[in-house]
Amino acid sequence: MTGRQVFPPLTLRAEGLSCGRGGMALSQDLVFSVPSGQCLLLRGANGAGKSTLLLTLARIIRPLSGSFGIDGADEDMPLIHYCGHRNAIKPRLSVCENLDFWRTMNGANGVSSQAALARVGLGHLGDLDAGFLSAGQTRRLALARLLVSLRPLWLLDEPTAALDVDGHALVGQLIDTHLAMGGMVVAATHDPISLSKAEQVQTLQLGAVS
Amino acid sequence: MNAFVRMLTHELRLALRGGGDVLTLVLFFVIVGAIVPFAIGPDQALLARIAPGIVWIAAFLAMLLGLERLFRPDYEDGSLILLRHAALPFSLTVAAKIAAHWLVSALPLIIASPILAMLLAMDGEAFWRSILSLLLGTPALAAFGAVGAAVTVSIRRGGLIAPILIAPLSIPVLIFGVGAITGQQAQAAMLFLAALSLMALALAPFAAALAISSAED
Amino acid sequence: MSIDTAPKQSWWNRIAHPGQFVRWTQPLLWPLTAITVALFLVGLWFALFNSPQDYQMGDTVRIMYVHVPNAWLSQFVYGTMAVSALGTLVWRHPMADVSMKAAAPLGALFTALALFTGALWGRPTWGTFWEWDGRMTSTLVLLFIYLGIIALWRAFDDQLRAARIVAVFTLVGAINIPIIKFSVDWWSTLHQPASVFRADGPRMPPSILTPLMVMFAAFTFLFVVLQLKAMHTEIKRRRIATLQRRVAQGQPA
Repeated sequence: MTGRQVFPPLTLRAEGLSCGRGGMALSQDLVFSVPSGQCLLLRGANGAGKSTLLLTLARIIRPLSGSFGIDGADEDMPLIHYCGHRNAIKPRLSVCENLDFWRTMNGANGVSSQAALARVGLGHLGDLDAGFLSAGQTRRLALARLLVSLRPLWLLDEPTAALDVDGHALVGQLIDTHLAMGGMVVAATHDPISLSKAEQVQTLQLGAVS
Repeated sequence: MNAFVRMLTHELRLALRGGGDVLTLVLFFVIVGAIVPFAIGPDQALLARIAPGIVWIAAFLAMLLGLERLFRPDYEDGSLILLRHAALPFSLTVAAKIAAHWLVSALPLIIASPILAMLLAMDGEAFWRSILSLLLGTPALAAFGAVGAAVTVSIRRGGLIAPILIAPLSIPVLIFGVGAITGQQAQAAMLFLAALSLMALALAPFAAALAISSAED
Repeated sequence: MSIDTAPKQSWWNRIAHPGQFVRWTQPLLWPLTAITVALFLVGLWFALFNSPQDYQMGDTVRIMYVHVPNAWLSQFVYGTMAVSALGTLVWRHPMADVSMKAAAPLGALFTALALFTGALWGRPTWGTFWEWDGRMTSTLVLLFIYLGIIALWRAFDDQLRAARIVAVFTLVGAINIPIIKFSVDWWSTLHQPASVFRADGPRMPPSILTPLMVMFAAFTFLFVVLQLKAMHTEIKRRRIATLQRRVAQGQPA
């Protein structure tokens, strides 16, 4: 893949954002701005609110206060890929059927399913039932979903969970490519993610709400 | 439209590969109907008189059984969150799921209903009427069922509480459904049934989508 | 003197905060209770001693003064719940959640009382406790809906998240109740063409109407008092839940 800019210049901006569940704030008054080509890493202990922040940014949970938005975006355009703990993979369908389904549902404007599977190292398993995949392979299949539909903002919750050393490198490469295309990434992770350019990475420490 | 059709075929594919779920529902439907004569005796005249009610009760119960499959697996594996970011509006996704639910858990029952009609000594006219009334009424049952399933999707023992919520809502369907087979005003009941189905199908996707979105919040 | 820069709160915002709501409504509780008691005393005196016997039903007609207000409340409470559900869904008003939750058991109670007094009335009048007549049947279905809603509330671990979901179901029920009522009426006239009894049949003389209206008012005030008290209790329950959650997170309570 070339490093062409694919996405228009966008900025994910949050001001005074507080999020939490059930009326209890987990993280308060967050201020950050992630322009195109930048990655924001969320750090913090378990229960610090990383997943909640990602779900808030995905507009699944309502923020308790404050606001966030993507500047420069067309409202109707689907902007967000969310990749959570749960992989949303149907074990009874084959690997290819799983991916093709999401390709149709999310808009088939990315690479082909075959190419995406090859990219995440599952190229030879397309016809296998997804139920036979190992945890790490299932995770790779979930990551392939990010490639078949182009969306500028990736929200990744523990993207390296269950992945081996190669898998960790793969996540780094996928993020690198996405940033080079002008995408934005917000990732919650405990593992170090190695990106080619260190200046593309911001870190946000969560937790320690008084 | 493409995505809607894809959602529908995806659901059908999942249901048909689900290891005989459809067959189980049909069996349940037939067995519930066939067990009634054992409880009330083999009097043909009596059976023929209450047959429409039995068929409708059996269909209602069988459709409740299929509800567990409607949203829960997708809730548990995280698909519902991703579907909310799909190119298809979420209420249409829910509509596609309701349509698929009707196709896999109501249509097979209607196809199997001749067996019950025979066992319960229905005459020919009542049989055709019951097929027609099931065709018109089961979409409303599917729609109300979807609302019940959506409301209980985030409850761990939701399968237990959904029928309690759905049953009162379904009473008009049963009344008009049976009325369309037996009553003196069968024509009117048929029309009411169709109107009920149309209204339920129009509103249920929005209500269910709203309930599901609230469940994640 | 410093200038108060905070925007003046409207009554809407003022009651949005649970603590504020309790502070504003607490003083109303005792006067409302007093009015309720007075209305009941007057209404019962009228109903028991100062209203005519029915020429057919005799003294049993006096059950009407309890039965009809309960039947009215069984629907009025659902209306309250439906309006609260709108408040929850559209405005996300926290007091709407509380009001919706507090009203459900009260609605179930009044509906059950309506059925119970109806059965007591039915025994001497129709010769049976239960008649599948349209009115009683749809009241029974209404009771099932109330009980379903209560069960739904209780099934959720997190009451704050439950509110919007219950609100969706409450509104679906509100749309359905007229349909259920219509279908049940259609069904009961089909199966028993002769109407056994109609409460609104002949025009009522003032000697019956006056006590009935007083009892209407008494029961409605009773509902308002109970509803306020139940809302206060629910607010306290939520405060405890919040404190417990804070402790679980290791924060000072």
